[in-house]
Amino acid sequence: MWEYTDKVQDHFINPRNVGEIENADGVGNVGSIACGDALRLTIKVDENQVITDARFKTFGCASAIASSSVLTEMLKGMKLEDAKKLTNDDIAKALGGLPKEKMHCSVMGREALEAAIADYTGAILPMAQGEVVCECFGVTDLEIIRAIRENSLTSVEDITNFTKAGGGCGKCEGKLRGLLAETVEGAPAQPTGTAGKKRMTTLEKIKKIEEVIEREIKPTLKKDDGDIRLIDVDGDFVTVSLRGACAGCHSSRTTLKEYVEKKLREQVLDTLIVEEDR
Amino acid sequence: MTILPEQVIYMDNNATTRIAPEVLEAMTPYLTQFYGNPSSMHTFGGQIGQAINQARQEVADLLGADAGEIVFTSCGTESDSTAILSALQSYPEKNHVVTTRVEHPAVKNLCDNLEIFTGRKYHVTRLPVEADGTLDLQRYRECLKDDTAIVSAMWANNETGVLFPVEEMADIARQRGVLFHTDAVQAVGKIPINLKETAIDFLSLSGHKLHAPKGVGVLYVRKGTPFVPFMNGGHQEQGRRGGTENVASIIGLGRACRLVAEKMEEENTRVRALRDKLEEGLLGSIPKSLLNGHKTERLPNTANISFEYVEGEAILLHMNQHNICASSGSACTSGSLEPSHVLRAMGVPFTAAHGSIRFSLSIYNTEQEVDFVLATMPAIIAKLRALSPFWEDN
Repeated sequence: MWEYTDKVQDHFINPRNVGEIENADGVGNVGSIACGDALRLTIKVDENQVITDARFKTFGCASAIASSSVLTEMLKGMKLEDAKKLTNDDIAKALGGLPKEKMHCSVMGREALEAAIADYTGAILPMAQGEVVCECFGVTDLEIIRAIRENSLTSVEDITNFTKAGGGCGKCEGKLRGLLAETVEGAPAQPTGTAGKKRMTTLEKIKKIEEVIEREIKPTLKKDDGDIRLIDVDGDFVTVSLRGACAGCHSSRTTLKEYVEKKLREQVLDTLIVEEDR
Repeated sequence: MTILPEQVIYMDNNATTRIAPEVLEAMTPYLTQFYGNPSSMHTFGGQIGQAINQARQEVADLLGADAGEIVFTSCGTESDSTAILSALQSYPEKNHVVTTRVEHPAVKNLCDNLEIFTGRKYHVTRLPVEADGTLDLQRYRECLKDDTAIVSAMWANNETGVLFPVEEMADIARQRGVLFHTDAVQAVGKIPINLKETAIDFLSLSGHKLHAPKGVGVLYVRKGTPFVPFMNGGHQEQGRRGGTENVASIIGLGRACRLVAEKMEEENTRVRALRDKLEEGLLGSIPKSLLNGHKTERLPNTANISFEYVEGEAILLHMNQHNICASSGSACTSGSLEPSHVLRAMGVPFTAAHGSIRFSLSIYNTEQEVDFVLATMPAIIAKLRALSPFWEDN
C-alpha cells in the first residue's frame, strides 16, 4: 500500500473543481487510457491575464486525481505569468509530498497545465518536439532532460518515477542512462535525433489505429454482422480479434490481410503487420 | 491507525488467508512447550519428529499422495524453484522449459531469468491463453519437444481463478517423456485433488493460502521422480531439503489440510454461491463491467471484474474507506507501470485492464458481507466515472 499524505487522501476522496468549463479559454489533454492515466484540464482566463476558473477530469490512481485537484485549486486566481512558472515539484509540495514512484502524477499535472496555456496562447509546446526516447509511454528526450534538471534526478529509476520513461518494456534504459550522464554533467539539452524525422510512438499508433478502426473498418465489417477489436500494439505488430460473424469465417484471414491491414497501412503506417489474436 | 480484523470485509483470500483458530490451537504447544529439535537423539526433541510425520500424512491425505512424497519447504516460491531447477539438473542434456504466459511471478520470473542469466543456455516456450484465460491443448501438444525437460503450468490462476486441465496436460507430458510440475498454490483446498490418479510429478502448495501460517509450503515429489535438492544442508526431509524444520508451522499446515478437506464441500457450495451472487450482482448493477476469465472453468471463490474507464488503485482506495479488502491488476497497484501480465495475455482491452478488481472469498465470508459490497460498489464506480475524461463518451 502506498504511503499517501492526509492532503493526498483528502483531495482524492473529496476532489475539487471536477468537470469541464464550457467555452474554456484553454484545454490541456495529456496521457491516455493505454498509459493508465490521463488528465483533461480546462481553464478560463480573464482580460487581465488571470486564471479565473480551472476544472479537471482525470482517469488514474489516487495520486493522479489528487494532483489534478490540488492543481486546480492553486490555479484559481493565479496570474498566467505565474502559472507558467509552476513546476511538478510545486504540485507535489502542495500535497505534502508524493511517494517517489508516483511523482509522474505531478508531472502529468504540470504537462496538462502547459498544454492548456499553450492552447490559450496559441504557442507550440516545446517538449513535444524532442525525440521520443520511451516508446511505451511516449516520453521525449526534452521532457526527460527537464525532469532530470528540475528535480535533480540521479538514476534511471528516478527518471521512471518522474516521467514513466523506461517503465514499460525497458528497451530505452541505455538511452536514459546516456541522457542522465549528459545532463548531470551539464551538457546542453539538445535533442538526440534529427529534427523533423520524428518517429511515431506506440501511443500515437494506438490512437490512430483505434480511430481508423472505429471510423472505417468497424462500420464495413458490421454490414456483414462482423466486428473487430484492437487487442495490442507492439512495435509494428498489431493484434486484433475478429468477432461476430467474422470469428470463424473461412475468409477471415483475407479480410484481415487484404482489408484491415491494407487500411491501417494506408492511413497509419506502411510498415504495420496485422495479426489475429487466438 | 490499526485496522482490526473484525472491522474489515476480507475478500482478498488469494493474497493470503486468516489462520484458522483450529490451526493456531494445534500450533501453540510447539511455540511454547515443545521446542525441541526433531533431529535430536533425546525423546524431548525426537518426539517432535512424530508430530511432523503426522502433519506430513495430513498433507498427503488432502492431495491423494503418500507421506513419503511430501517435502516441507518455506513457501510456494521455494517449491516452484526446487521443482523446475531439479528437473533441469536431472536432465542436463535437455534445455527447454514449457510454461504459460499467465504464471505467478514465482514461475514466470524464474523462467525469464533462466533464459537471461544462463546466456540463453535454456529456452522457454510460454503458451498463450484464450480471451477467457483457458489454454489451447493442441498448441500445448505441439510445443513439447525431445529436449523439453519440464512443463510448469499452474492449476488455478491467482488473478482470475481460471483452471488449467493439468491432469490431461500431465498425461500428455508423460507420453513425451517430459516431467510435469504444477503450481497449485491457489487450487489446493478449493477443488478436489487426487494425485495418485494423475501423472503429475511435482506440485507446489503454500500454507498461508489455506488458513495455515505464512512461511511454510510443500513440494510434492512423485515417488521415483529424479530429484536434486535446492537447499542443501542437513538430512532433514530425507535429504531433500536441508534446514531445521519450521515445526509449529508444519504442524499448523497439517491441521489446515485436514480442515480444508472437511470444508471442501462448503467451499464448492456456500462459498461458490456467495461468489456467484457477488459477481452477478456487480455485473448487473454496474454498466460497462465485465468478467475476466472463463465462467465455469474456475475456482469457486474468485471473481475478477473490470470496471471500464476507471483505474483499479482508485477503486481499491475507495473500497478501503469502507474497509473492504480486495486486489487489482492495475498498473498503479503493483508499483510497475503496466497492468497485470495475466490480463494482457488474455487480451483484455486497455479500457478494462486498468480497472480490474479481484474479489477472492473464503469460508469465513458471509452473505451480509456480500450484500454490503453489492450496496457499496456502484456508488464508488459512479463517483470515479464522473471524474473520468473517457466516461462521457459512452
